[in-house]
Amino acid sequence: MEIEQNFTAKTWPESPERATLEGRNKFLGFWLFLGGETVLFASLFATYLALKDKGPASMVHAKDLFELPLTFLATVFLLTSSITSVYAIYHMKNFAFKKMQAWFLITVLLGACFLGLEVYEFHHYVAEYHHTFTSSAFGSAFYTLVGFHGGHVAFGLLWITALMVRNAKRGLNLYNAPKFYVASLYWHFIDVVWVFIFTVVYLMGMVG
Amino acid sequence: MSVGTKKAGFGATVYEYLTTVDHKKIGILYLITGGLFFIIGGIEALMIRIQLAVPNNHFVGADTYNQVMTMHGTTMIFLAAMPLLFGFMNAIVPLQIGARDVAFPFLNALGFWLFFFGGIFLNLSWFLGGAPDAGWTSYASLSLASGGHGIDFYSLGLQVSGFGTLIAGVNFLVTIMNMRAPGMTYMRMPMFTWTTFVVSALILFAFPPLTVGLFLLTFDRMFGAKFFDVAFGGNTIIWEHLFWIFGHPEVYILILPAFGIFSEVFAHFSKKRLFGYSSMVFAVILIGFLGFMVWAHHMFTTGLGNVANAIFAVSTMTIAVPTGIKIFNWLLTMWGGSIRFTTPMLYAAAFIPSFTLGGVTGVMLAAAPADYQYHDSYFVVAHFHYVIVGGVVFGLLSALHYYWPKMFGTMLNETMGKITFWLFFIGFHLTFMIQHWLGLLGMPRRQWTYLPDQGWDTDNLVSSSGAVLMAAGVLILVANIVVTAVQNRKVGNDPWEFGRTLEWSISSPPPEYNFAQTPLVRGIDTWWLEKMEGKKQVTPAEPIKDIHMPNPSILPLFMAFGLFIAAFGALYHATHTKTGTTILVIGLAITLASMLIRSVKDDTGYHIKKEALMEREERGAGA
Amino acid sequence: MEHNAQMDRRHVEYEYRRRKSAEEMKYQVVSFILMMFLTIIAFWAVHAHLSKWFTIPVILLLAAIQVVFQLFYFMHMNHKHHEGPKLFIFGGAFVAFLTVLAFLTIIWW
Repeated sequence: MEIEQNFTAKTWPESPERATLEGRNKFLGFWLFLGGETVLFASLFATYLALKDKGPASMVHAKDLFELPLTFLATVFLLTSSITSVYAIYHMKNFAFKKMQAWFLITVLLGACFLGLEVYEFHHYVAEYHHTFTSSAFGSAFYTLVGFHGGHVAFGLLWITALMVRNAKRGLNLYNAPKFYVASLYWHFIDVVWVFIFTVVYLMGMVG
Repeated sequence: MSVGTKKAGFGATVYEYLTTVDHKKIGILYLITGGLFFIIGGIEALMIRIQLAVPNNHFVGADTYNQVMTMHGTTMIFLAAMPLLFGFMNAIVPLQIGARDVAFPFLNALGFWLFFFGGIFLNLSWFLGGAPDAGWTSYASLSLASGGHGIDFYSLGLQVSGFGTLIAGVNFLVTIMNMRAPGMTYMRMPMFTWTTFVVSALILFAFPPLTVGLFLLTFDRMFGAKFFDVAFGGNTIIWEHLFWIFGHPEVYILILPAFGIFSEVFAHFSKKRLFGYSSMVFAVILIGFLGFMVWAHHMFTTGLGNVANAIFAVSTMTIAVPTGIKIFNWLLTMWGGSIRFTTPMLYAAAFIPSFTLGGVTGVMLAAAPADYQYHDSYFVVAHFHYVIVGGVVFGLLSALHYYWPKMFGTMLNETMGKITFWLFFIGFHLTFMIQHWLGLLGMPRRQWTYLPDQGWDTDNLVSSSGAVLMAAGVLILVANIVVTAVQNRKVGNDPWEFGRTLEWSISSPPPEYNFAQTPLVRGIDTWWLEKMEGKKQVTPAEPIKDIHMPNPSILPLFMAFGLFIAAFGALYHATHTKTGTTILVIGLAITLASMLIRSVKDDTGYHIKKEALMEREERGAGA
Repeated sequence: MEHNAQMDRRHVEYEYRRRKSAEEMKYQVVSFILMMFLTIIAFWAVHAHLSKWFTIPVILLLAAIQVVFQLFYFMHMNHKHHEGPKLFIFGGAFVAFLTVLAFLTIIWW
């Protein structure tokens, strides 16, 4: 398969992201990167667990800080954005460029809602409880873990948007198919991390 | 893009290297830069040994000594040993597996430039207020208290450099997994490729904890975070755990490529296949795996408790087993072989007893109760120099001679090589053997001077004299390199004769596309196999056709340069907020703009046409 | 003649692929619903203020199950050609586990 070939829905390969050597390399390379990211986030989780609720006596504790409704809403946004990105790749495999773009757009919008909620949440903690990055070890650990995740979400949004804009006029080919695929893998991974964050940080925090 | 070979001017050659994405040229860049940092680290070592040659010395003061000692370790491990190993991995592994380049040539260049600018950034600390001074391990309590910007140079410089290393790790993994020539199953790969594979996996999993640790240190020092501030609930042991969860696999990252090199060298110069190939592969994988389960043996005296100490003591001792398997297999490779003591083989032979000595003191250190006596004494210093110098440095010097012709097309002078070997070998043992006793006699490490008449005076003098011999050896090596470059006597495919693996089947140095036709691999020691059947070239796996090559690019350099600038901004933003933040933003903008250009501008490489290829092969780019 | 036969085969293969793809997409939606369900249970368990010795292991288990769904369905880890990814995600998870375990057991004040 040549990277600049033109295709139709019928001639489009079954796994377009793996139809070229470059595609297979990007596919494997990205999964490996995710393996490394697993260890990175684990180190941040470990640090958080060690420093949870550790700070000056006047500091607010996890039990009193987090709120179920807000966290649940954020989770719904992110989890839904994950299934919408699955739809996008489904359409990519069917060579339906416009539908793929549409579902990626929905993904980005849902992700933006998630981020918006998180910004509101952080602001709320700072204003109400004076729980900041520098107020305690607990604060430093919390904002670093959840903030790094938020940073990854933001980067993902920029990435998917850039892909959508850049390829808007040219449709699908074997050059950009691996790129869309890899971006969606990234997007799923940050949902994986979020599952652990809402469980370990928020839910376990509220249990005590 | 050069289809023919034209003699380029100096400027053009510099530009070629600044924009190259060719693994062979990137290998040379790693070698040059790593070599320069090795010299710097060596000078720092000499300064240490001069200061400690006699008691109550004032060659350098206490503050300066702490900086020199810190930079010696940091430079040697991160900026010399690792890049030099990467240089060889880059130059040789694609050739060994019959590939035309690595999986991500652009990222390969980026990895190099990130290392380069990270290393420069770290060393600029010498001129900008002082180098880091809390040891290469930079423990959180001490490093947080360190005034000035030294530690910030450490945390930011290693962070930038570390990204480069991670990228290189992923690159080698994908290359080895996806781009082996047809017929090259995993169990037909040469040992140097196997060790590169396992090392890259270690890098992938070990560097993220370092990344996190450095971020926490940076945040605490420069952004007011409280990770290590006990008054606010922080805990300094977190740094130690994160550092050593990285740090222990790191030393296996250093030694395993050396093991791979020695496997090649032993087989080649015994004219005999490697003994026990499967068990060698198994041993490398086991060492890599166990390497993640022993880190707290650096923390025995921190009060982890008896249970934890016992667990880590036992797991540490276990690593001696696969390592021992390898030693016996190398010896059995030599047994019954037709041995030639070329310079690479001399280093390999010297490695066996030297590394073994370091290994056995490692088992001594692994006994947690005994370690309470050894910890922070010169006994530890002796141990790790025995394994690092006796293992890694000997491996690098062996590889330098062994792979020089493949990388540069000339041969280093054997006589000078042997002189360097003997000077270095004798100097090494002189310096470090006596340090075992210094440690047992109670001399602590990381101390800028010592009082006389404690029984340490003569031993320290002996130790320092060895350093002079090592320096002399290195000087002769530099002379060797200069002489070889000047004489410029070209060699053929297989200058060491009786080469066994694929890299010796193509020209020295290979053409930019490595193989005109991807080889068909029919067994281990592929080239040897083909030679034994009377072939002059490896059986091709495909007909001659157009070759797809990647384009050179200046963007990797700019991406890394942007982070270099940003690091300065971050460094100074606390004390010079407006300027610092502006520079930080400008630096990040350079990096992001380069990334954007890379994403937006299509780059599908270029093709070397079939006809041009056939013409070049006929003219002799191949056999 | 032959050309037509080839076109027919292609068409049949194409239809088969489309159907398989659509079926898999249905599995994905089912996975999504299950994942939502697991999330709701986890949140409910905390909301119900049950004993923490019960709640914490349960929500961790639910999280693990949800991650398995995400990896194996959304990220297609159950397809062919995923041996490499499986090996390295498992390796990363192993080092991750060791790190978290260490920080929970051998850090103290």
